Amino acid sequence: MASGAEITSKEYITHHLTNWSVGEGFWTWHVDTLGWSIFMGLVFLISFRAVAKKANAGVPTKWQCAVEMVVEFINDTVKSTFHGQSKLIAPLALTIFVWVFLMNLMDLVPVDFIPWTAQQIGGAMGYDPAHVYMKVVPTTDLNMTIALALGVFILMIFYSIKIKGVGGFIKELTTQPFNTPWLYWFNFILEIVALLAKPLSLALRLFGNLYAGELIFILIAMLGVWQLPLHFPWAMFHILIITLQAFIFMVLTVVYLSMAHEKH
Amino acid sequence: MNINATLIGELIAFIVFVIACMKWVWPPIIGAIETRQQKIADGLAASDRAEQDLRLAQENAKKQLIEAKAQGSALIDQAKKREAQIIEEAAVKAQAEREKILAQAKAEVEAERIRAKEDLRKQVAALAVAGAERILQREIDEAAHSDILEKLVAEL
Repeated sequence: MASGAEITSKEYITHHLTNWSVGEGFWTWHVDTLGWSIFMGLVFLISFRAVAKKANAGVPTKWQCAVEMVVEFINDTVKSTFHGQSKLIAPLALTIFVWVFLMNLMDLVPVDFIPWTAQQIGGAMGYDPAHVYMKVVPTTDLNMTIALALGVFILMIFYSIKIKGVGGFIKELTTQPFNTPWLYWFNFILEIVALLAKPLSLALRLFGNLYAGELIFILIAMLGVWQLPLHFPWAMFHILIITLQAFIFMVLTVVYLSMAHEKH
Repeated sequence: MNINATLIGELIAFIVFVIACMKWVWPPIIGAIETRQQKIADGLAASDRAEQDLRLAQENAKKQLIEAKAQGSALIDQAKKREAQIIEEAAVKAQAEREKILAQAKAEVEAERIRAKEDLRKQVAALAVAGAERILQREIDEAAHSDILEKLVAEL
Protein backbone atom coordinates (compact mmCIF):
# COMPACT_ATOMS: atom_id res chain seq x y z
CA MET A 1 0.00 0.00 0.00
CA ALA A 2 1.02 3.45 -0.77
CA SER A 3 1.37 5.68 2.22
CA GLY A 4 1.54 3.68 5.37
CA ALA A 5 -0.80 1.37 7.28
CA GLU A 6 -2.85 4.12 8.86
CA ILE A 7 -5.07 4.77 5.87
CA THR A 8 -8.20 2.69 5.37
CA SER A 9 -9.13 0.71 2.28
CA LYS A 10 -11.74 3.27 1.40
CA GLU A 11 -9.21 6.05 1.55
CA TYR A 12 -6.78 3.96 -0.47
CA ILE A 13 -9.31 3.32 -3.23
CA THR A 14 -10.54 6.88 -3.24
CA HIS A 15 -7.01 8.16 -3.38
CA HIS A 16 -6.31 6.02 -6.40
CA LEU A 17 -9.46 7.07 -8.19
CA THR A 18 -9.05 10.79 -7.65
CA ASN A 19 -7.58 12.96 -10.35
CA TRP A 20 -4.86 15.47 -9.88
CA SER A 21 -7.06 18.54 -10.32
CA VAL A 22 -6.24 22.16 -10.82
CA GLY A 23 -8.91 24.85 -10.95
CA GLU A 24 -12.45 25.30 -9.69
CA GLY A 25 -15.90 24.22 -10.79
CA PHE A 26 -16.20 23.55 -14.50
CA TRP A 27 -12.77 25.00 -15.13
CA THR A 28 -11.09 22.16 -13.30
CA TRP A 29 -8.26 20.58 -15.26
CA HIS A 30 -7.27 16.99 -14.64
CA VAL A 31 -3.56 17.43 -15.03
CA ASP A 32 -2.82 13.70 -14.87
CA THR A 33 -5.41 12.79 -17.52
CA LEU A 34 -4.27 15.57 -19.81
CA GLY A 35 -0.61 14.88 -19.20
CA TRP A 36 -0.67 11.14 -19.68
CA SER A 37 -3.02 11.24 -22.66
CA ILE A 38 -0.97 13.86 -24.43
CA PHE A 39 2.20 11.99 -23.55
CA MET A 40 0.71 8.82 -25.05
CA GLY A 41 -0.48 10.70 -28.10
CA LEU A 42 3.02 12.04 -28.60
CA VAL A 43 4.48 8.56 -28.13
CA PHE A 44 2.16 7.39 -30.89
CA LEU A 45 2.84 10.30 -33.22
CA ILE A 46 6.59 10.40 -32.75
CA SER A 47 7.14 6.67 -33.07
CA PHE A 48 4.92 6.44 -36.14
CA ARG A 49 6.32 9.63 -37.61
CA ALA A 50 9.79 8.13 -37.35
CA VAL A 51 8.64 5.37 -39.67
CA ALA A 52 6.69 7.70 -41.94
CA LYS A 53 9.76 9.86 -42.50
CA LYS A 54 11.89 6.97 -43.65
CA ALA A 55 9.11 4.97 -45.24
CA ASN A 56 10.03 3.55 -48.58
CA ALA A 57 8.98 0.62 -50.67
CA GLY A 58 12.29 -1.18 -50.16
CA VAL A 59 13.13 -3.76 -47.55
CA PRO A 60 11.55 -2.47 -44.32
CA THR A 61 13.23 -2.34 -40.95
CA LYS A 62 11.71 -4.33 -38.10
CA TRP A 63 10.06 -1.33 -36.49
CA GLN A 64 8.74 -0.25 -39.86
CA CYS A 65 7.29 -3.73 -40.29
CA ALA A 66 5.53 -3.51 -36.95
CA VAL A 67 4.10 -0.09 -37.71
CA GLU A 68 3.07 -1.16 -41.18
CA MET A 69 1.29 -4.16 -39.72
CA VAL A 70 -0.79 -1.87 -37.54
CA VAL A 71 -1.42 0.54 -40.40
CA GLU A 72 -2.40 -2.22 -42.75
CA PHE A 73 -4.66 -3.80 -40.15
CA ILE A 74 -6.45 -0.47 -39.71
CA ASN A 75 -6.58 0.03 -43.45
CA ASP A 76 -8.16 -3.37 -44.01
CA THR A 77 -10.69 -2.81 -41.25
CA VAL A 78 -11.62 0.60 -42.60
CA LYS A 79 -11.85 -0.64 -46.17
CA SER A 80 -14.09 -3.54 -45.24
CA THR A 81 -16.49 -1.27 -43.38
CA PHE A 82 -16.29 2.10 -45.06
CA HIS A 83 -16.83 2.17 -48.79
CA GLY A 84 -16.65 5.85 -49.55
CA GLN A 85 -13.65 7.98 -50.34
CA SER A 86 -12.21 9.83 -47.39
CA LYS A 87 -8.77 11.02 -46.49
CA LEU A 88 -9.79 11.38 -42.86
CA ILE A 89 -11.40 8.12 -41.78
CA ALA A 90 -8.36 5.86 -41.93
CA PRO A 91 -5.94 8.19 -40.09
CA LEU A 92 -8.70 8.88 -37.59
CA ALA A 93 -9.17 5.17 -37.01
CA LEU A 94 -5.41 4.69 -36.65
CA THR A 95 -5.14 7.54 -34.16
CA ILE A 96 -8.05 6.25 -32.11
CA PHE A 97 -6.85 2.68 -32.10
CA VAL A 98 -3.23 3.32 -31.17
CA TRP A 99 -3.90 6.21 -28.84
CA VAL A 100 -6.65 4.44 -26.92
CA PHE A 101 -4.56 1.30 -26.83
CA LEU A 102 -1.57 3.15 -25.39
CA MET A 103 -3.71 4.95 -22.83
CA ASN A 104 -5.33 1.66 -21.82
CA LEU A 105 -1.89 0.14 -21.64
CA MET A 106 -1.10 2.40 -18.69
CA ASP A 107 -3.47 0.14 -16.79
CA LEU A 108 -0.81 -2.57 -16.85
CA VAL A 109 1.68 -0.43 -14.97
CA PRO A 110 1.47 -1.66 -11.35
CA VAL A 111 -1.25 0.40 -9.66
CA ASP A 112 0.93 1.93 -6.99
CA PHE A 113 4.05 2.48 -9.00
CA ILE A 114 3.42 5.88 -10.56
CA PRO A 115 1.13 7.29 -7.82
CA TRP A 116 3.67 6.31 -5.17
CA THR A 117 6.52 7.90 -7.15
CA ALA A 118 4.42 11.02 -7.59
CA GLN A 119 3.74 11.10 -3.87
CA GLN A 120 7.43 10.84 -3.09
CA ILE A 121 8.23 13.65 -5.50
CA GLY A 122 5.31 15.72 -4.21
CA GLY A 123 6.39 15.07 -0.65
CA ALA A 124 9.93 16.09 -1.44
CA MET A 125 8.61 19.29 -2.99
CA GLY A 126 6.75 20.12 0.24
CA TYR A 127 3.21 18.98 -0.52
CA ASP A 128 1.12 16.70 1.68
CA PRO A 129 1.59 13.23 0.15
CA ALA A 130 -1.99 12.30 1.01
CA HIS A 131 -3.19 15.01 -1.33
CA VAL A 132 -0.92 14.23 -4.22
CA TYR A 133 -3.16 12.45 -6.70
CA MET A 134 -2.06 10.67 -9.82
CA LYS A 135 -4.53 8.66 -11.87
CA VAL A 136 -2.39 7.23 -14.62
CA VAL A 137 -4.98 5.70 -16.97
CA PRO A 138 -6.55 8.55 -18.95
CA THR A 139 -9.35 6.33 -20.27
CA THR A 140 -10.64 5.82 -16.72
CA ASP A 141 -11.50 9.49 -16.75
CA LEU A 142 -14.93 10.12 -18.22
CA ASN A 143 -13.71 13.44 -19.63
CA MET A 144 -11.25 11.59 -21.81
CA THR A 145 -13.68 9.08 -23.27
CA ILE A 146 -16.42 11.66 -23.75
CA ALA A 147 -13.96 13.92 -25.52
CA LEU A 148 -13.12 11.11 -27.94
CA ALA A 149 -16.77 10.23 -28.46
CA LEU A 150 -17.66 13.88 -28.89
CA GLY A 151 -15.02 14.23 -31.57
CA VAL A 152 -16.52 11.27 -33.38
CA PHE A 153 -20.01 12.66 -32.88
CA ILE A 154 -19.06 16.01 -34.38
CA LEU A 155 -17.66 14.20 -37.40
CA MET A 156 -20.84 12.12 -37.69
CA ILE A 157 -22.97 15.27 -37.79
CA PHE A 158 -20.52 16.96 -40.14
CA TYR A 159 -20.50 14.11 -42.65
CA SER A 160 -24.25 13.55 -42.41
CA ILE A 161 -24.82 17.16 -43.38
CA LYS A 162 -22.02 17.23 -45.92
CA ILE A 163 -23.17 14.12 -47.77
CA LYS A 164 -26.95 14.45 -47.46
CA GLY A 165 -27.35 18.17 -46.93
CA VAL A 166 -29.25 19.71 -44.06
CA GLY A 167 -32.58 18.71 -45.60
CA GLY A 168 -31.43 15.19 -46.22
CA PHE A 169 -30.20 14.86 -42.68
CA ILE A 170 -33.45 16.14 -41.23
CA LYS A 171 -35.36 13.84 -43.57
CA GLU A 172 -33.30 10.93 -42.32
CA LEU A 173 -34.17 11.85 -38.75
CA THR A 174 -37.90 12.22 -39.36
CA THR A 175 -39.12 9.97 -42.15
CA GLN A 176 -38.21 6.62 -40.72
CA PRO A 177 -39.02 4.09 -39.45
CA PHE A 178 -42.69 5.22 -39.82
CA ASN A 179 -43.14 6.94 -43.14
CA THR A 180 -46.35 8.82 -42.37
CA PRO A 181 -46.37 12.57 -41.72
CA TRP A 182 -48.32 12.39 -38.46
CA LEU A 183 -45.69 10.14 -36.93
CA TYR A 184 -42.68 12.30 -37.90
CA TRP A 185 -42.42 13.71 -34.37
CA PHE A 186 -42.20 10.17 -33.03
CA ASN A 187 -39.58 9.21 -35.61
CA PHE A 188 -37.61 12.29 -34.67
CA ILE A 189 -37.55 11.33 -31.00
CA LEU A 190 -36.50 7.78 -31.86
CA GLU A 191 -33.78 8.89 -34.23
CA ILE A 192 -32.40 11.53 -31.87
CA VAL A 193 -32.18 8.94 -29.11
CA ALA A 194 -30.46 6.53 -31.51
CA LEU A 195 -28.10 9.27 -32.66
CA LEU A 196 -27.16 10.36 -29.17
CA ALA A 197 -26.84 6.78 -27.98
CA LYS A 198 -23.96 6.23 -30.39
CA PRO A 199 -21.38 8.61 -28.86
CA LEU A 200 -22.70 7.97 -25.39
CA SER A 201 -22.27 4.22 -25.73
CA LEU A 202 -18.81 4.76 -27.22
CA ALA A 203 -17.72 6.88 -24.28
CA LEU A 204 -19.34 4.84 -21.53
CA ARG A 205 -18.22 1.48 -22.90
CA LEU A 206 -14.57 2.44 -22.92
CA PHE A 207 -14.79 4.25 -19.61
CA GLY A 208 -16.71 1.45 -17.91
CA ASN A 209 -14.40 -1.31 -19.02
CA LEU A 210 -11.24 0.48 -18.08
CA TYR A 211 -12.60 1.90 -14.85
CA ALA A 212 -13.75 -1.53 -13.74
CA GLY A 213 -10.44 -3.06 -14.74
CA GLU A 214 -8.50 -0.44 -12.84
CA LEU A 215 -10.75 -0.88 -9.82
CA ILE A 216 -10.12 -4.61 -9.79
CA PHE A 217 -6.37 -3.99 -9.95
CA ILE A 218 -6.72 -1.69 -6.94
CA LEU A 219 -8.82 -4.23 -5.06
CA ILE A 220 -6.31 -6.96 -5.81
CA ALA A 221 -3.55 -4.66 -4.62
CA MET A 222 -5.21 -4.56 -1.18
CA LEU A 223 -5.05 -8.31 -0.66
CA GLY A 224 -1.58 -8.29 0.84
CA VAL A 225 0.50 -11.31 -0.15
CA TRP A 226 -2.38 -12.81 -2.15
CA GLN A 227 -2.15 -10.05 -4.71
CA LEU A 228 0.97 -11.66 -6.11
CA PRO A 229 -0.72 -14.68 -7.76
CA LEU A 230 -3.84 -12.67 -8.60
CA HIS A 231 -2.31 -9.70 -10.37
CA PHE A 232 -0.79 -11.85 -13.02
CA PRO A 233 -3.94 -13.57 -14.39
CA TRP A 234 -5.90 -10.35 -14.18
CA ALA A 235 -3.18 -8.52 -16.07
CA MET A 236 -3.15 -11.23 -18.71
CA PHE A 237 -6.90 -11.01 -19.02
CA HIS A 238 -6.65 -7.26 -19.08
CA ILE A 239 -4.33 -7.30 -22.07
CA LEU A 240 -7.28 -8.69 -23.98
CA ILE A 241 -9.63 -6.01 -22.66
CA ILE A 242 -7.19 -3.23 -23.44
CA THR A 243 -6.76 -4.30 -27.05
CA LEU A 244 -10.39 -5.22 -27.52
CA GLN A 245 -11.69 -1.91 -26.20
CA ALA A 246 -9.31 0.05 -28.43
CA PHE A 247 -10.39 -2.08 -31.38
CA ILE A 248 -14.11 -1.76 -30.60
CA PHE A 249 -13.84 2.00 -30.25
CA MET A 250 -12.03 2.21 -33.58
CA VAL A 251 -14.41 -0.12 -35.45
CA LEU A 252 -17.54 1.56 -34.08
CA THR A 253 -16.14 4.95 -35.06
CA VAL A 254 -15.67 3.71 -38.61
CA VAL A 255 -19.11 2.10 -38.63
CA TYR A 256 -20.84 5.24 -37.36
CA LEU A 257 -19.02 7.42 -39.85
CA SER A 258 -19.81 5.11 -42.72
CA MET A 259 -23.47 5.18 -41.61
CA ALA A 260 -23.27 8.96 -41.69
CA HIS A 261 -22.00 8.68 -45.28
CA GLU A 262 -24.83 6.47 -46.45
CA LYS A 263 -27.88 7.87 -48.15
CA HIS A 264 -31.18 6.22 -47.41
CA MET B 1 -15.94 11.76 -12.12
CA ASN B 2 -17.42 15.14 -12.94
CA ILE B 3 -17.32 16.59 -16.41
CA ASN B 4 -15.07 19.61 -16.57
CA ALA B 5 -12.66 21.56 -18.70
CA THR B 6 -10.49 18.48 -19.15
CA LEU B 7 -13.02 17.40 -21.76
CA ILE B 8 -12.29 20.49 -23.82
CA GLY B 9 -8.57 19.96 -23.46
CA GLU B 10 -8.83 16.34 -24.52
CA LEU B 11 -11.09 17.21 -27.44
CA ILE B 12 -8.50 19.70 -28.68
CA ALA B 13 -5.73 17.16 -28.16
CA PHE B 14 -7.77 14.58 -30.05
CA ILE B 15 -8.36 16.91 -32.98
CA VAL B 16 -4.70 17.92 -33.09
CA PHE B 17 -3.53 14.31 -32.98
CA VAL B 18 -5.94 13.24 -35.72
CA ILE B 19 -4.87 16.11 -37.96
CA ALA B 20 -1.20 15.40 -37.30
CA CYS B 21 -1.75 11.75 -38.07
CA MET B 22 -3.66 12.63 -41.22
CA LYS B 23 -0.95 14.99 -42.42
CA TRP B 24 2.34 13.47 -41.39
CA VAL B 25 1.85 9.85 -40.43
CA TRP B 26 -0.77 8.11 -42.51
CA PRO B 27 0.03 9.19 -46.10
CA PRO B 28 3.74 8.27 -46.21
CA ILE B 29 3.23 4.90 -44.51
CA ILE B 30 0.24 3.83 -46.56
CA GLY B 31 2.03 5.15 -49.65
CA ALA B 32 5.06 3.01 -48.91
CA ILE B 33 2.87 -0.01 -48.25
CA GLU B 34 0.95 0.42 -51.46
CA THR B 35 4.10 1.02 -53.48
CA ARG B 36 5.63 -2.10 -52.01
CA GLN B 37 2.49 -4.10 -52.72
CA GLN B 38 2.63 -2.87 -56.31
CA LYS B 39 6.29 -3.78 -56.50
CA ILE B 40 5.67 -7.27 -55.18
CA ALA B 41 2.77 -7.75 -57.56
CA ASP B 42 4.96 -6.57 -60.43
CA GLY B 43 7.74 -8.87 -59.32
CA LEU B 44 5.42 -11.84 -59.18
CA ALA B 45 4.01 -11.02 -62.58
CA ALA B 46 7.53 -10.63 -63.97
CA SER B 47 8.57 -13.96 -62.54
CA ASP B 48 5.49 -15.58 -64.07
CA ARG B 49 6.33 -14.00 -67.37
CA ALA B 50 9.95 -15.11 -67.09
CA GLU B 51 8.83 -18.65 -66.37
CA GLN B 52 6.64 -18.62 -69.43
CA ASP B 53 9.45 -17.16 -71.50
CA LEU B 54 11.76 -19.86 -70.26
CA ARG B 55 9.28 -22.55 -71.19
CA LEU B 56 8.85 -21.02 -74.63
CA ALA B 57 12.59 -20.77 -75.08
CA GLN B 58 13.03 -24.37 -74.04
CA GLU B 59 10.39 -25.48 -76.50
CA ASN B 60 12.00 -23.37 -79.17
CA ALA B 61 15.40 -24.82 -78.43
CA LYS B 62 14.00 -28.34 -78.59
CA LYS B 63 12.39 -27.58 -81.93
CA GLN B 64 15.55 -26.08 -83.29
CA LEU B 65 17.56 -29.03 -82.08
CA ILE B 66 15.25 -31.44 -83.86
CA GLU B 67 15.42 -29.33 -86.99
CA ALA B 68 19.19 -29.18 -86.82
CA LYS B 69 19.37 -32.92 -86.39
CA ALA B 70 17.15 -33.43 -89.40
CA GLN B 71 19.23 -31.01 -91.40
CA GLY B 72 22.41 -32.72 -90.33
CA SER B 73 21.20 -36.14 -91.30
CA ALA B 74 19.98 -34.77 -94.62
CA LEU B 75 23.39 -33.27 -95.23
CA ILE B 76 25.08 -36.55 -94.37
CA ASP B 77 22.78 -38.43 -96.73
CA GLN B 78 23.50 -35.97 -99.47
CA ALA B 79 27.21 -36.24 -98.84
CA LYS B 80 27.05 -40.01 -98.96
CA LYS B 81 25.17 -39.89 -102.22
CA ARG B 82 27.66 -37.46 -103.65
CA GLU B 83 30.50 -39.63 -102.48
CA ALA B 84 29.03 -42.67 -104.18
CA GLN B 85 28.50 -40.63 -107.30
CA ILE B 86 32.07 -39.40 -107.33
CA ILE B 87 33.41 -42.88 -106.79
CA GLU B 88 31.27 -44.21 -109.63
CA GLU B 89 32.35 -41.43 -111.93
CA ALA B 90 35.97 -42.05 -111.06
CA ALA B 91 35.54 -45.73 -111.68
CA VAL B 92 33.99 -45.09 -115.07
CA LYS B 93 36.75 -42.67 -115.98
CA ALA B 94 39.40 -45.06 -114.83
CA GLN B 95 37.86 -47.86 -116.88
CA ALA B 96 37.84 -45.64 -119.93
CA GLU B 97 41.43 -44.62 -119.33
CA ARG B 98 42.45 -48.21 -118.87
CA GLU B 99 40.80 -49.18 -122.10
CA LYS B 100 42.38 -46.30 -123.91
CA ILE B 101 45.82 -47.11 -122.59
CA LEU B 102 45.31 -50.76 -123.37
CA ALA B 103 44.24 -50.00 -126.91
CA GLN B 104 47.19 -47.69 -127.39
CA ALA B 105 49.56 -50.28 -126.05
CA LYS B 106 48.06 -52.89 -128.31
CA ALA B 107 48.43 -50.62 -131.30
CA GLU B 108 52.01 -49.87 -130.39
CA VAL B 109 52.78 -53.54 -129.94
CA GLU B 110 51.20 -54.25 -133.32
CA ALA B 111 53.20 -51.51 -134.97
CA GLU B 112 56.36 -52.77 -133.34
CA ARG B 113 55.58 -56.28 -134.45
CA ILE B 114 55.03 -55.13 -138.03
CA ARG B 115 58.23 -53.16 -138.01
CA ALA B 116 60.14 -56.08 -136.54
CA LYS B 117 58.65 -58.36 -139.19
CA GLU B 118 59.71 -55.92 -141.87
CA ASP B 119 63.19 -55.73 -140.44
CA LEU B 120 63.30 -59.46 -140.13
CA ARG B 121 62.15 -59.86 -143.71
CA LYS B 122 64.77 -57.46 -144.89
CA GLN B 123 67.40 -59.19 -142.89
CA VAL B 124 66.22 -62.59 -144.17
CA ALA B 125 66.41 -61.21 -147.69
CA ALA B 126 69.87 -59.85 -147.03
CA LEU B 127 70.86 -63.18 -145.47
CA ALA B 128 69.33 -65.08 -148.35
CA VAL B 129 71.16 -62.84 -150.76
CA ALA B 130 74.36 -63.22 -148.78
CA GLY B 131 73.90 -66.98 -148.73
CA ALA B 132 73.06 -67.15 -152.38
CA GLU B 133 75.93 -64.84 -153.08
CA ARG B 134 78.27 -67.18 -151.35
CA ILE B 135 76.87 -70.16 -153.12
CA LEU B 136 76.70 -68.56 -156.48
CA GLN B 137 79.83 -66.44 -156.22
CA ARG B 138 81.74 -68.62 -158.34
CA GLU B 139 79.33 -69.25 -161.11
CA ILE B 140 76.81 -66.46 -161.31
CA ASP B 141 77.40 -62.95 -162.28
CA GLU B 142 75.82 -60.71 -159.73
CA ALA B 143 74.73 -58.20 -162.15
CA ALA B 144 73.15 -60.76 -164.51
CA HIS B 145 70.96 -62.39 -161.81
CA SER B 146 70.07 -59.48 -159.58
CA ASP B 147 66.64 -59.11 -161.19
CA ILE B 148 65.74 -62.68 -160.18
CA LEU B 149 66.89 -62.00 -156.65
CA GLU B 150 64.91 -58.80 -156.46
CA LYS B 151 61.80 -60.77 -157.45
CA LEU B 152 62.51 -63.22 -154.69
CA VAL B 153 62.89 -60.53 -152.12
CA ALA B 154 59.65 -58.99 -153.16
CA GLU B 155 57.89 -62.32 -152.76
CA LEU B 156 58.95 -62.70 -149.15
